[in-house]
Amino acid sequence: MRIRAVEISVGVFLLAGILALLLLALRVSGLTVANSTDTYKLIAHFDNIAGLTTRAKVTMAGVAVGKVVAIDFDTETYTGRVTMEVQSRVNNLPTDTTASILTAGLLGEKYISFSVGGEDDVLKDGDVIYDTQSSLVLEELIGKFLMNSVNQD
Amino acid sequence: MSADDAFAVELKGVTFKRGSRKIFDNVDIRFRRGKVTGVMGPSGCGKTTLLRLMAAQLKPDKGEVWVNGQNLPSLSRSDLFDMRKQFGVLFQSGALFTDLNVFENVAFPLRVHTKLPEEMIRDIVLMKLQAVGLRGAIDLMPDELSGGMKRRVALARAIALDPDILLYDEPFVGQDPIAKGVLVRLIRLLNDALGITSVVVSHDLAETASISDYLYVVGDGQVLGQGTPDQLMNSENPRIQQFMQGNPDGPVPFHFDAPDYRDDLLGGR
Amino acid sequence: MVHKSFLDRIALFGRSGLDIIESMGRSLIFLWHVLIGRGGAGTGLHLLVKQLYSVGVLSLAIIIVSGLFIGMVLALQGYSILVDFGSEQAVGQMVALTLLRELGPVVTALLFAGRAGSALTAEIGNMKSTEQLSSLEMIGVDPLKYIIAPRLWAGFISMPLLAAIFSVVGIWGGAMVAVDWLGVYEGSYWGNMINSVDFYDDVLNGVIKSVVFAFVVTWVAVYQGYDCEPTSEGISRATTRTVVYASLAVLGLDFILTALMFGDF
Repeated sequence: MRIRAVEISVGVFLLAGILALLLLALRVSGLTVANSTDTYKLIAHFDNIAGLTTRAKVTMAGVAVGKVVAIDFDTETYTGRVTMEVQSRVNNLPTDTTASILTAGLLGEKYISFSVGGEDDVLKDGDVIYDTQSSLVLEELIGKFLMNSVNQD
Repeated sequence: MSADDAFAVELKGVTFKRGSRKIFDNVDIRFRRGKVTGVMGPSGCGKTTLLRLMAAQLKPDKGEVWVNGQNLPSLSRSDLFDMRKQFGVLFQSGALFTDLNVFENVAFPLRVHTKLPEEMIRDIVLMKLQAVGLRGAIDLMPDELSGGMKRRVALARAIALDPDILLYDEPFVGQDPIAKGVLVRLIRLLNDALGITSVVVSHDLAETASISDYLYVVGDGQVLGQGTPDQLMNSENPRIQQFMQGNPDGPVPFHFDAPDYRDDLLGGR
Repeated sequence: MVHKSFLDRIALFGRSGLDIIESMGRSLIFLWHVLIGRGGAGTGLHLLVKQLYSVGVLSLAIIIVSGLFIGMVLALQGYSILVDFGSEQAVGQMVALTLLRELGPVVTALLFAGRAGSALTAEIGNMKSTEQLSSLEMIGVDPLKYIIAPRLWAGFISMPLLAAIFSVVGIWGGAMVAVDWLGVYEGSYWGNMINSVDFYDDVLNGVIKSVVFAFVVTWVAVYQGYDCEPTSEGISRATTRTVVYASLAVLGLDFILTALMFGDF
């Protein structure tokens, strides 16, 4: 009688807690279930990856098609080597695809955007993207602007 | 070396220290089987420590504690667990488990030590409560009981497993005369009816002396005196005399240690 | 009047430092015996359920109400700050990240320490002073296993769940304020949130934090109750110590954990 009420309320409490965790996982952080396994790796080298972090989105035409899984320094070419996991169903990227590091919004985070080239051959697991555009650094931009305005005078 | 069968509990050469203070220094105390033995003494003399040593809650630094032919400090954990069935302890405050009702409290030792079916447990609980006169309170919660009733339920719990030895820790403290009378009667009755050995630790002189067959007076880490109540009343020992007669001044002085009175008043601080 | 010399004061200070260290050592041994020491009789599942009720279920009210209000205040304040930058549509992600990473685990832990922690300390201290713990020993039941362990496990299990409930209630409360009152677009509130909240970095780290906090708060509460002076004054002092020590520990650990989890810049 009293004991039953206690047990029921404990059960409800535990369920509520687990439900809350599930809600946080799915509704709030957008964790999708059909995720990680069907991906293949692509590598790109950038002169400057400033601001890009792991877990950053990889998009194409604005749609998320993968994410950055590793960033390290390539000692031979003195560039930043970015490893990305791209969804397997996006398997028709031509070998001259460009990877650019862009900023989401004015002060937002960095992400990678692919734009297609025209080659017939497609990128496969482990391939390297050669055409890259580095992250825009604000100081360099201002520097260029100043140089241009000086040149015009 | 096993103990004499006439004595249910024997402490031999027991020394127990707390910090640097010797609570007991090479003490020998024996409790005769089937009798009520009282242990009295001034506050802080270690009466409760004695109970805890006997019930194996504490281990003596030196010496042996023999209970029913077994030396407690040398027992293994599981043997000690089995030993506990032979003890019942009544604490000063009753110490009922506040989240269980009267029935569950008395049934607790039965559930821990036996695998008896529910009907048998219920019968035993009813019998024990009947013995202490509280069978009607069986469904109440401890906070619905008066102090005296709590102690009686605790007593019922202490005898649930029909122990050989009952230890009473200050059973008369703070009780009104009726409650005291009830307890006195119960202690004596249980002892005689069940043939158990009772040890009553108390500083309530009148009640303890009235029910004890034998008395120990302890203090300063020693046994100051022992004997039947009559023998002690007529004792020559000044400390025992002061205790038995309740003199405010004697070997235990009235004045706490202080510098000279005159110097204190005149000198100022 | 006894005047303490300067040297005496230093000695006292050193003594209290040593006492604190000794107490911490005792509490570690205590923890060992409760969690790992030789097992006693029975599974005690019903004991755990009872404790989950008194520690978890009974804390739900304060957690839900607090979570709701904090979420709503976050949305309100966040909006008022972001609107100056034209970024008020980002209030969703602000509320969610603040709650998941920090306020959820920390505030839940502080509230838990105050409500459930102090109750545990007082209950155990009371059992000690009325000699119930001694009675259990006399009957042959180890009070560490019978009384303390279920309460400890109940705390470990309840608090992370309570923290999750806190965050959820806060986020939905914030949505109520932001969308229904302040006019933020519902799509922006949730959309920006989903885009910027990462399960591993934010949700999981928050859960890890609340598990660590649960461990510390419950351990402090239970130990203070077990170790207190068995008088009513001793119990009230122990209860105060529980709330103070547990709260300070939570805040200190929060800094360390945050630095470890989010600090690699």
